[in-house]
Amino acid sequence: MMKQGKGRAALSSQPETKKFRLLAFGIARDIVGGNEVDIELTDAYSVGALKTALQENYPDFKRLKSLAIAVNETYRTDEHILNTNDEIVIIPPVSGG
Amino acid sequence: MIDIQLLTTSLDTQECIRLVEHPSSGGTAVFIGTVRDTTKGKPVIRLEFEAYKPMAIAEMQKIAETIVDRWSALKVVIHHRTGSLNIGEIAVIIAVATPHRKAAFAACEYAIDTLKETVPIWKKEIFEDGDVWVAAHP
Repeated sequence: MMKQGKGRAALSSQPETKKFRLLAFGIARDIVGGNEVDIELTDAYSVGALKTALQENYPDFKRLKSLAIAVNETYRTDEHILNTNDEIVIIPPVSGG
Repeated sequence: MIDIQLLTTSLDTQECIRLVEHPSSGGTAVFIGTVRDTTKGKPVIRLEFEAYKPMAIAEMQKIAETIVDRWSALKVVIHHRTGSLNIGEIAVIIAVATPHRKAAFAACEYAIDTLKETVPIWKKEIFEDGDVWVAAHP
């Protein structure tokens, strides 16, 4: 907990953790053990940071041929910044057709 | 001009061919993807398909729009099925009508190749002794 009397600058310098809810399909659903999974990110809220966190929490993601993230129904690159109200979906290698 | 469907029921080849009829069409190419009975010599019992539906439809729409732009297609139909499919059942139908035949073949091949790379649909092969998500691992 923050002590009272600390300035605004000190407050904003504290790492902030945000929780993101992800949908999972295909093998991703098997890896996380459900249709949804919550991932917490601290300070960096990019797609790249999310993928790293996923691979750290669930090492099986490292074994996949590819790992993509869709945000609001669009593929996004690692630099894309996530919002907590985005629809974020883990896209393991697709295999339609 | 473009008809995209993600269906849980049997796909209808005749319906797809009818949908791409056009007076200016000189050729229609149709790709029909079916469930094969073996993978690397191992008997397959059935396939189970699932999709991230809204994005799968959006990505198939993009493919169809590219075909209209690049090959001057008159009509493009992509119907994909989800759920449990038995051997021989149709998983996908792509039909493209163009003024000249070469464009129809090229566009149809582009459609299925791109679908397999970008459309968020996944299939699991069910074997006697287990199951495997297709193409998940290197």
